[in-house]
Amino acid sequence: MTGGAIVSGPHAHSKFSVAQTMVSVMVCLSPATALGFYQFGWPAILLFAVTVASALIAEAICLLLARRPVSIYLFDGSAILTGWLLAMTLPPWAPWWVGTVGAFIAIGLGKHVYGGLGQNMFNPAMVARAMLLVALPVQMTTWVLPPPFGEPGAPEFWEALTITFGGSGDIDAVSGATTLGFVAAGLDGGRHLTDIMAETFPLRSLAFGHVPGSLGETSALLLFLGGCLLIAMRVIRWQTPFALLLSAGGLSAALHLLDPMSYPSPLWHLASGGLMLCAFFIATDYVTSPVSGLGQLIYGAGTGLLIVIIRTWGAFPEGAAFAVLLMNACTPVIDTYTRPRIFGRDRKGRPLELPKGARQ
Amino acid sequence: MQLFSLASLKRYGGNFGIRGGVHPETRKYLAAECAIETMPLPSLVRVPLQQHIGAEAVPLVKRDDQVLKGQLIGKARGAVSAHVHAPTSGRVIAVGQFAAPHPSGLPVATITIRPDGEDRWGPHMPRMRPEDADPAEIAQRVMEAGIVGMGGATFPAAVKLTLRERYPLHTLIINGAECEPYLTCDDRLLRERSEEVVDGIRIMARALGITKVIVAIEGNKPQAIEAIRRHIFAVGPEARVVRVPTLYPMGSEKHLVQTVTGLETPARALTAELGVVVHNAATAHAVHKAVRYGEPLISRVLTVSGFGVKRPANVEVLIGTPVSEILDHCGGLTGTPDRLILGGPMMGLPIQSLRVPVIKGTNGILALEAAETRRHEAMPCIRCGGCIKVCPCGLMPMEMHARIHAGDLDGAVETGLLDCVSCGSCSFNCPSNIQLVQGFNYAKGRLAAKQSQKHQQEEAKRLAEARTARMEAIADAKRKAMARRKAEQAAKKKRQAEEKARQAEAAATEKTSNAGTDAQTAGPPPQEAAE
Repeated sequence: MTGGAIVSGPHAHSKFSVAQTMVSVMVCLSPATALGFYQFGWPAILLFAVTVASALIAEAICLLLARRPVSIYLFDGSAILTGWLLAMTLPPWAPWWVGTVGAFIAIGLGKHVYGGLGQNMFNPAMVARAMLLVALPVQMTTWVLPPPFGEPGAPEFWEALTITFGGSGDIDAVSGATTLGFVAAGLDGGRHLTDIMAETFPLRSLAFGHVPGSLGETSALLLFLGGCLLIAMRVIRWQTPFALLLSAGGLSAALHLLDPMSYPSPLWHLASGGLMLCAFFIATDYVTSPVSGLGQLIYGAGTGLLIVIIRTWGAFPEGAAFAVLLMNACTPVIDTYTRPRIFGRDRKGRPLELPKGARQ
Repeated sequence: MQLFSLASLKRYGGNFGIRGGVHPETRKYLAAECAIETMPLPSLVRVPLQQHIGAEAVPLVKRDDQVLKGQLIGKARGAVSAHVHAPTSGRVIAVGQFAAPHPSGLPVATITIRPDGEDRWGPHMPRMRPEDADPAEIAQRVMEAGIVGMGGATFPAAVKLTLRERYPLHTLIINGAECEPYLTCDDRLLRERSEEVVDGIRIMARALGITKVIVAIEGNKPQAIEAIRRHIFAVGPEARVVRVPTLYPMGSEKHLVQTVTGLETPARALTAELGVVVHNAATAHAVHKAVRYGEPLISRVLTVSGFGVKRPANVEVLIGTPVSEILDHCGGLTGTPDRLILGGPMMGLPIQSLRVPVIKGTNGILALEAAETRRHEAMPCIRCGGCIKVCPCGLMPMEMHARIHAGDLDGAVETGLLDCVSCGSCSFNCPSNIQLVQGFNYAKGRLAAKQSQKHQQEEAKRLAEARTARMEAIADAKRKAMARRKAEQAAKKKRQAEEKARQAEAAATEKTSNAGTDAQTAGPPPQEAAE
């Protein structure tokens, strides 16, 4: 029966497991990823495969070093998801070792030095991205204009192998800045926003993803839909994405109203860069975000504000990674101050007063 | 995984929500349509003397005594305790220790009776007319019948019927929520014996001096709601049936009170302090039998269910019937079940042996197969917050568990360990399959042990101090007595000496006067002096 061990109830379970959680996230992430593959062709697919495989290898090595059961932990999905998310933030035509180094940083330094699954303070994928961005500024900012499959300019599989693994500098495709980078550079150059916007991509391209950028920076619409599905499946809660989008949109709208010449519109902010990916898939990471609903609202709002602030006044054109890392650091504090109210007690933990006349 | 459903948006009229809660697979269909059947006499009944919260009953019979059905065999000890009666007629074959229907399987004082097959009633308690009876008499009868809360908590019902002496009460809530999955015994009772249950409710309302009665039944029992609605008029115009949402743990006392009245019971307080008393529907049925017919609580309806049972059923069994005989009555087990549980799957207790008896608070016997239970291995916590989302008490189970894991019991208490009702929603929902409730129960046990140790130490210290004080007082008294005696003796000696001196003096004066001397040196009569 129970094998001799005395176990407390409940004896039933929702049957929802960690692995299922991770798989659900991957399922919701796959439409945007698939579009990214279509846009950037074979090099993107190869880089993605290398990054995810490296994440798995790194996880296996760390588990062996920590003497944990590899068979149980390796396929809980967390390492694959970390690798996946990291690949979504890399330039699709980056050489293979960028993905490998990133994956090892993410799994090793971002996760296992803290004690493995559930113990890390910062989002592993974002730790890796931030380190890569600082350490490899050239590789991390070389973007290509997407030449989709079948169109002239799209690399064949063999060409792709040389792009990803050959380390060749003669990339044939047209390279260019991301929308965010282009606008930031233009504004720094003292140009008016209306002039810059005329030269960059329309909102429609941002929404559907026909722009240069990383895999996860392309289609805001697919990411949004995937995120909504994730909320409907009750894998994540609505608080973080809602607060993040609202605060980012709110701050950029306020700035835009103040000076439409220097500050782009909120819609452009929401649709460009990694904001959607961040709102639904990165900031909502269980381990590094607050646990209560109120805490998630604060955390999401903080992340959204920081993203717009870094984009507008910071040194980098895109600030999602740094915003998430900064708010990760605030998570324990937010958790401490946003405990739910205990039944029968007030917020300070004292028992509630009995209503008048109830006790004689 | 659960897809968002529109049904969850539906508001139930007149209800106040509770926070959290889970929707486990109810699987009530297994036994919901099985009418209550009466089990034939078992070959043996084992009646534990402790079937309730409070002090153990004192056995009134010894080995080889003949007992009659309904005869008092265990007497309540103290204010919070309950009588125990013989479930059938027969011979007492043992008064001793037997494994308790509890996960530990530790022995408890048990009276074992071999039924003689005649099922002969002893003298009944006299029938009462509750309409004319004094409320105190009704409570007395409920006490005599040994009735305890039959939802599982087994708190002596009579104690809860005398609460009006201490608190101003206004509402009686009858708990027919039956939120535990699988269990259908209350559902069947409400459906098949609705008149009797309603009569029991009426009697309890009279004992409490309350006219406002709310019968709370979960929405997944429409037939029970319908049946009670048909009869509830008998209780009075202020009685009504409320359909509460199907949500675990709706049947938790304080949460049910909040759902139907909107009143939130303060921490560490009783619902009675808000003027609300909650009784179980099956308790109402037992009260009806005790008051109208003078029958003590010697049988109950329970659900036998789970995929591990050949024929799920609702059975009326005698208290003390061994689990194995009940399972045999239901066709036996289909194989070796993963877990065998007394009660529901959320809060029920796993048992190790089939020989243990069922008691007054046993509302189900479940044989669950591996597909119905949970895995054994746990993963690390991924801080998903699922436990916090579903906790009906507003706690942070993951944090409490982490603190308990680190041995920080005081920290766990600070974060609300003692406000936990062990409902199991957190463990149910945990994707990492962490046994949170197990940790909490362990910590509560440790706390209780610590408290009792502390209490013992304090008691020993108090006794030692009292002894020292007593000894000092005695020594002091002795010293004082000695001093007094000394003083007395000294005074006596002094007096004697003075006496002697006076006598000597008197003798001397006599001598001098006899000698005819006028000169008086001492004590001339004042009259003479004045003259």
